[in-house]
Amino acid sequence: MSSGENVLSPEYKKALENLLFQLADDDFLISFRGSEWLGLAPHIEEDVASSSISQDTMGHAAMFYTLLEDLGAGKADDLAHLREAQDRRNSVLAERVNGEGYYMETPKYDWAYAVVRNFFYTQAKKVKMDSLRQSNYKPLAETAVKVNMELYYHLLHWKTWFIQLLNSTDEAKRRMNEAIELVMKDFGDVFSYGDEKTAIEQSGLIAGEDQLKEGWKSNMALPFECVAMKVPDIPEASAKNGRNGDHTEELASALTTLSEVYRLDPAAAW
Amino acid sequence: MSNLAMKSEEEMLEQFIERIEAGDKIEADDWMPEEYRIALIKLISMHGISEIMGALPEKEWVPKAPTLHRKLAIMAKVQDEMGHGQLLLRVAEDLLKPYGKTRSDIMQDLFNGDLKFHNVFHMDTKSWGDAGLIGWLVDGAAIITQTNMLGSSYGPYARALQRICAEEVFHAQHGEAIIMALAEGTEEQRTMVQEAINHWWESLLMFFGPASKETTGSSKQDITIKYKIRKKTNEQLRQDFFTKYIPRILSLGLKLPDPTMHYDEEKQMWIYQQPDWSEFKKIIKNQGPRSQARLNLRRTSYENNAWVRDALAATTN
Ligand SMILES: [Fe+2]
Ligand SMILES: [Fe+2]
Repeated sequence: MSSGENVLSPEYKKALENLLFQLADDDFLISFRGSEWLGLAPHIEEDVASSSISQDTMGHAAMFYTLLEDLGAGKADDLAHLREAQDRRNSVLAERVNGEGYYMETPKYDWAYAVVRNFFYTQAKKVKMDSLRQSNYKPLAETAVKVNMELYYHLLHWKTWFIQLLNSTDEAKRRMNEAIELVMKDFGDVFSYGDEKTAIEQSGLIAGEDQLKEGWKSNMALPFECVAMKVPDIPEASAKNGRNGDHTEELASALTTLSEVYRLDPAAAW
Repeated sequence: MSNLAMKSEEEMLEQFIERIEAGDKIEADDWMPEEYRIALIKLISMHGISEIMGALPEKEWVPKAPTLHRKLAIMAKVQDEMGHGQLLLRVAEDLLKPYGKTRSDIMQDLFNGDLKFHNVFHMDTKSWGDAGLIGWLVDGAAIITQTNMLGSSYGPYARALQRICAEEVFHAQHGEAIIMALAEGTEEQRTMVQEAINHWWESLLMFFGPASKETTGSSKQDITIKYKIRKKTNEQLRQDFFTKYIPRILSLGLKLPDPTMHYDEEKQMWIYQQPDWSEFKKIIKNQGPRSQARLNLRRTSYENNAWVRDALAATTN
């Protein structure tokens, strides 16, 4: 089924929308977590580099929300700002806080967690985009090509940090290992399609969960070899599966911040 | 011997002044009088650190920006500001070399209060209107002061400013777009802009600094003009700002917070109520509404990331 045919079957459209919500919400939330780091990165050069990545990522979220708008799912801004936590389809990993504290006060964020989360997430996103380039929904395939161009640099950036910190001081290694453990605990739903698994896997939109997981693992082999470690196992999707709308409290408070101004008057021009 | 050295120092100073009078650019490795170097270090490290501290009030509004489009625009802007900070600190670092000082000394000076940052960035932000106003008028004011130094006798600073000013123009347009949307919007949105103007008015007047050192007891404008680092005085810049922005503020149907403000045709200048300059002195001594909170934020993150800097140092050595 291609976009050339104007009529999409209801099942296909449902699977497509669900997948797009997963992609859009993932990037929307992880970009938000990145922007909370603004001004607080380990050095100024890194602040410039990582805020550029967060900005690209918000741009990707906007592209996916726009694809949803084109499908008649609603206005992109409404989809990004007005949907409640239980309607969100992002992975739990993307919504997690950066560490202790609120970004407006004096947070104590953990750079090791930032590096590991972003690296693992970006590699997962890369595997998905590579698959989506062959998607039978053409607008999505075209978007994946655009996203991929920027993703190359994001991945290189986080991979460099990952290898550098794990090959450094004992403290850095300890912190990075703790971060890996923390990130992997939430990694179960990153490649999950949730209850839509069968529909999405049969749609021809994107590869199946298992194939993506294999792609992630084989891409991770080399960087892990560089730091003399084994690629961790991806856990099964846990009871809290973000793809089904199961989320932590951390998502609800993130959404309150993200939509604070828009919610004052969603009908107004901002 | 000391006599000879003194003599040549004098000659060098003479030559130096001749060079800058002729419009020649001074480069980082050229000889320069101590007074010039110190004035540049103060000016450029303050400018650089202000760009970085200035990212903090706007950062508060990055996640809250109302739409996807505005989120992207404000993210790009704050990233630019950090980039300006980076560019300027590198210029300052080169000037600091003879003293054996580095960027970590600049940071320490900030934390212990020896290095000031711009008065506007000590203020609190209350609404999305403030985020728009910062872009429109604070960046607008920055364009005016920075354009004044584009011809700076110090080459590395002049070149950095060229790039910065080009980006500042986009920032001011970004801010103006936010303000126009609000000013043409709902009652609530219009109130938001008016409150933002009221809230920032005094800070904007203070932005250009006191008219003379009689106002606050000290002013660096005389040295910087003498060495051709800048052209116009603080008051001339403030007047330029009024001339550019007062008509725009009025055309959006907004009220000036100073009801006595008017243009005196005879004197050819804007007449306005002075801000509270004792308040200005307090603010730049880090006693403004958000001074301590923002310093604390930077200090905490600096300490919090110490292990990362250690780790990087260990791998590059
Ligand atoms: Fe700037
Ligand atoms: Fe700016």
